Amino acid sequence: MSGTDWYQSRFADFEQNLNGEAQGPVHQLRRDAIAHFTATGFPTSRDEEWRFTNIAPLTRIDFELAAKTDEPATADIAPLRYGLPGPVFVDGHFAPSLSQLDALPQGVVVKNLRTAFIEDADLVCRYIGQDAMSEDQAFTALNTAFVQDGVLIYLPQGTVLDTPLHTLFLSTGTKANVVSHPRVLVVAEAHAEATLVESYGGLGVEAYLTNSVCEINVGENASIDHYRVQREAPTAFHISATHVREARSARFRSTSITLGGSLTRNHVHTALMGEGIDSTLNGLYIENGSQHVDNHTLIEHAQPNCQSHEFYKGVLDDESSGVFRGKIHVHQAAQKTDAYQANQNLLLSDSAKIDTKPQLEIYADDVKCSHGATIGQLDADAIFYLRSRGIGHREAVRVLTRAFAGEVLDRVRIDGLRDELDRLVTERLDRAAGVAP
Amino acid sequence: MLKIENLHARIEDTEILKGIDLEINAGEVHAIMGPNGSGKSTLAQVLAGREGYEITAGSVSYLEKDLLDLDPEERAREGLFLAFQYPVEIPGVNSTYFLRTGYNEMRRHRGEDPVDAMDFLKLIREKLALVEMDESFLKRPVNEGFSGGEKKRHEVLQMAVLEPKLSILDETDSGLDIDALRIVANGVNQLHAPDKAVVVVTHYQRLLDYIVPDFVHVLYQGRIVKSGDKTLALELEAKGYDWVKEEHLEQTR
Repeated sequence: MSGTDWYQSRFADFEQNLNGEAQGPVHQLRRDAIAHFTATGFPTSRDEEWRFTNIAPLTRIDFELAAKTDEPATADIAPLRYGLPGPVFVDGHFAPSLSQLDALPQGVVVKNLRTAFIEDADLVCRYIGQDAMSEDQAFTALNTAFVQDGVLIYLPQGTVLDTPLHTLFLSTGTKANVVSHPRVLVVAEAHAEATLVESYGGLGVEAYLTNSVCEINVGENASIDHYRVQREAPTAFHISATHVREARSARFRSTSITLGGSLTRNHVHTALMGEGIDSTLNGLYIENGSQHVDNHTLIEHAQPNCQSHEFYKGVLDDESSGVFRGKIHVHQAAQKTDAYQANQNLLLSDSAKIDTKPQLEIYADDVKCSHGATIGQLDADAIFYLRSRGIGHREAVRVLTRAFAGEVLDRVRIDGLRDELDRLVTERLDRAAGVAP
Repeated sequence: MLKIENLHARIEDTEILKGIDLEINAGEVHAIMGPNGSGKSTLAQVLAGREGYEITAGSVSYLEKDLLDLDPEERAREGLFLAFQYPVEIPGVNSTYFLRTGYNEMRRHRGEDPVDAMDFLKLIREKLALVEMDESFLKRPVNEGFSGGEKKRHEVLQMAVLEPKLSILDETDSGLDIDALRIVANGVNQLHAPDKAVVVVTHYQRLLDYIVPDFVHVLYQGRIVKSGDKTLALELEAKGYDWVKEEHLEQTR
């Protein structure tokens, strides 16, 4: 069995084991999703949006839903928590004993989606799966079909989270060829404010697939600062979709850091649905070995007077490869749009490869849109300049590469997270510098 | 201190240095002048160890060592300093970090312990006064957004921190207004000492009003065609380079 047949049969098993949960509107959504997935199937490199990412290694494997395993020790996961409280999931399953969910402000809800499906069905159904059925989102449909554990973050009108909330999805990697479908649903009502971290970590050595979906609704004048940190195991496949809907005068800022996994595809779609929105997408990917990272973004300006800023940087070493596709779609109504996009890549080896494709689709006539993509090596003049001041070649390479990545890292506003990311990136680059010519 | 003998260098297929002979002793200030394209900057770059030049003949000994055998960073650690004609902008690396890393490399080379950020700050404050720069420079990325004058003052600041034995100033006067020129020259003069040497590479005589050379050499078509004292620079200023070219042509005829 393979591909859609396999997942259809897995869905039948999954459905049987749901017992009492196999009813109601959420389950109807699951059924619609598996039907949608079965009909569309996995994308191939013939699909324009997947042209530069070959997912055959992933579709060849029949992934089993990851079973509940023994929870890892708190000490083992401490380095993945960045000192931030929040829910923890192990192999896709909510781990209450590892989670830290106390001291939330009045009215704020952070709970397992599975519980929310029962307790907050109206709220969840209003927001979940709004983009799950779109044509090119087979993986999102697959996630939706198997949606069970995950996190609901609900910020009622005017609530402010003072401390960043960190949702950690951990894969134990103890069993080969398992999949988890993490789901995050954020509903921030008008004037709510929060800093959210969504992170992924892998402990084991076996191959696994993380197929995650995050939906964020940013209400009027609400502000969400979202961090996505991917530190999967080197054997992992990581597919993610982040769907963001922003209402009038909302502020949304996303910072996506990809360090782990063998094959990664991150899709980010932000829809600017009201006027006066300020939306930022930052990204950093550091790759070595034979890693492949595909960042695929779509910024949709639907209304006038909005700004979007996109800034993605990549450092690629060894045989690694990367893709950046950034589309800015300015609808006819979206006059006075101010959109800026930049993608800068540093190739540290002759075999590293990047495909970068900025795309502007503009249907309004009074807009300011610009984009720029660069691919390059370290500046030989800068290396010589440092060396001429007594700084050794390796150190010069390290300093310059760190500075390149630092332009994104410096935008991380959570001190503990930034310091840890800085340390991880520096460590990676030190290793790279150690083998550089 | 530095002895250049019959130095030939080329970049790709173009021979630029065609037999340079030059000896520089401690305590001396030498000016190397010459028309554009004569090889002045190439000579400075070759001495600092810039890649891309092929040395086809000749030798350079520096403090009894074969200079051409050393990496650029080793030359720097041995006390050779090049003030760049076009200082490089390095986004994301702040000036303090840059200066301290270089300074500590020098110390390590001498077998001394590196200094921490606090001690370095004390040291750098004194040096800043020398080039009339304020502390805000230190937080800025290296040369990024600096004006032409700021870049050149920053070069002299680096020279003050690294305390080289042999400083080569490559067109340090280019793009400077008279105030910046005075500050830069004053810095260089204050750093000069009997155990140190300075090579000023320049197209114009103007800088030499401030940094007064003991010797002036004219580089033309990859060779030193004329040497003299500081009056030679004044003569060049008054008469241009054409008479040197003609004299050179007659000699080689």
